[in-house]
Amino acid sequence: MITKEAAPAAPAPARSAAEPPSRPARKRHRAWDEVPRWHIYLPLGIYLLFTLIPFYWILLFALRPAGSTSLVPWPMTTVHFEKVWTDRAFGTFFQNSVLVGVATLLATTLVALAGGYALARFDFRVKRVFMLALLCSQFVPGALLLVPLFEIFAGLQMINSLGSVIIAETVFQLPLSIILISNFIKNVPYSLEEAAWVDGCSRMRAFRVIVLPLLRPGLIAVGSFAFVHSWNHFLFALMFLNNQEKQTIPVGLNTLMSADSVDLGALAAGGIIAAVPVVIVFAFIQKWLITGFSAGAVKG
Amino acid sequence: MAQAAAVAKPPTPPRRRRASATPRRLPYLLIAPAGLLMLGFIAYPVISVFYYSLQHYNPTKPWRNGFAGFDNFVHLFTEDPLFWDTLVFSAKWVFVEVGLQLMFGLALALIVNQTFVGRGIGRALVFSPWAVSGVLTSAIWVLLYNSQTGITRYLADMGIGDYGTSWLSDTSTVFSAVVVADLWRGVPFFAILILADLQSVSKDLYEAAEVDGASRFQQFTHITLPHLKDAIILSTLLRAVWEFNNVDLLYTLTGGGPAGVTTTLPLYIANTSVDAHNFGYASALTTVAFVILLFCSIVYLRLSKFGGESK
Repeated sequence: MITKEAAPAAPAPARSAAEPPSRPARKRHRAWDEVPRWHIYLPLGIYLLFTLIPFYWILLFALRPAGSTSLVPWPMTTVHFEKVWTDRAFGTFFQNSVLVGVATLLATTLVALAGGYALARFDFRVKRVFMLALLCSQFVPGALLLVPLFEIFAGLQMINSLGSVIIAETVFQLPLSIILISNFIKNVPYSLEEAAWVDGCSRMRAFRVIVLPLLRPGLIAVGSFAFVHSWNHFLFALMFLNNQEKQTIPVGLNTLMSADSVDLGALAAGGIIAAVPVVIVFAFIQKWLITGFSAGAVKG
Repeated sequence: MAQAAAVAKPPTPPRRRRASATPRRLPYLLIAPAGLLMLGFIAYPVISVFYYSLQHYNPTKPWRNGFAGFDNFVHLFTEDPLFWDTLVFSAKWVFVEVGLQLMFGLALALIVNQTFVGRGIGRALVFSPWAVSGVLTSAIWVLLYNSQTGITRYLADMGIGDYGTSWLSDTSTVFSAVVVADLWRGVPFFAILILADLQSVSKDLYEAAEVDGASRFQQFTHITLPHLKDAIILSTLLRAVWEFNNVDLLYTLTGGGPAGVTTTLPLYIANTSVDAHNFGYASALTTVAFVILLFCSIVYLRLSKFGGESK
């Protein structure tokens, strides 16, 4: 630091003829992407308020006693959580949601990995048709196919079984996942795999040992996407699961909201239970998510 | 066959040779699970929606069921004012939502792309609503908009709005209320996609521009925006389709009310099928929604010339 400051001091007069003197100084202190601090902190602060006040509000309702209008959740109570967890069956909903989320995550990742590998590494005859089908299915709204889907699952005797929701969530998660994963695989040099074959690896082993570790950020991004989507989505569960024992958390929340007299404390507590797993997932994958997206960005 | 070989061979000769060393069936085997799932649970339902759209199909009125020809469509276009109302609201909803999300999302991405103290935690916090579901968003905003104990009461204390009015049950405020609620969750989505793409802009470009004396604004319009073009086009389109199709938030927040002013076309379809059991008519509405979506997407991609240069 000291040497850097000292060095330009001597030749400064000679340089100032060619360049304005402030220029090198500015370049040293501020990188290309830096603007004055308040340009960052002021808008970010305002946006943070908009983001966090709703979160605070739900915490407030969940933690303060019913009927209180205090803006600080003190004295704190856990009565809403207890009520929602046991009386409103959120414990059961939670288990069901975890099951659906994890199963969807595994199914989506495996199926999309196979499909993505085929798209990234082979030329085959139905490839273009398959790609086109993937793109088109992006425009097919799952919500609008409820009636035929219901009939299919009724025919398969899967109404009231979590399997129907897992299949539906997986299917609608697949197209984007396949596109993302195939882009991730394309980013892994093919020569790496070929080198492994030359060394005597089977195709499967080469994939497992060479490609799979490099795909980790992509798989985490795709898997967490699948988990969060199935955790959050409620229409399939609402339609295909009639039995309260089988319901998932979003349906439970909707029930709390549409009750005749809305119990705000219970609603807030239920909302927090619904948010916790997702928040944890995102806290862990934050880093991978953005690199994962920029690596696998849907660029064709 | 011969044509396919001719197309495939020149660009990748080594790959071709390798692939032939493995069973020809391997790629088909690999796409089979995805292909079968999509055929069974997307393609088949889509086709049956088209089929039902030509039927009278209502389990509660079985005596009318049967082939209807274009009756459903004629009714839809000529006798159903609700269809047009919901279509207009859908267009307004998508346009306002996606426009605002793009604007704020771009700004947010540019801000958190800077280096500053606390960037990691800042990003995590501003992106967090993105993970929240439509139903949970509804739950949160029901609490905020509650006329007795919501934030509206505290705002009324400060002179913003009135006491005792719930913004969700007043036809003049409900649109802004749902737009703000959905923005809360939607802006982070745009910001994440745009931020991902921002990170791939080479910093050398900015340094070169700086040396050439370009202002920050010029750098933004000449380097950043052109680079982001594809990402913006794609995320806008995906988001528009998503916002159009999304029923979670409106279904749970307002149920389409008050007086039907927040009913989008997909919500109308859901109500027609789930509540009224009029599956034939709902299918006709769905068919029209498909056509509109497809048409708008094609027009949008054409106008933005997306894909023209990529392949």
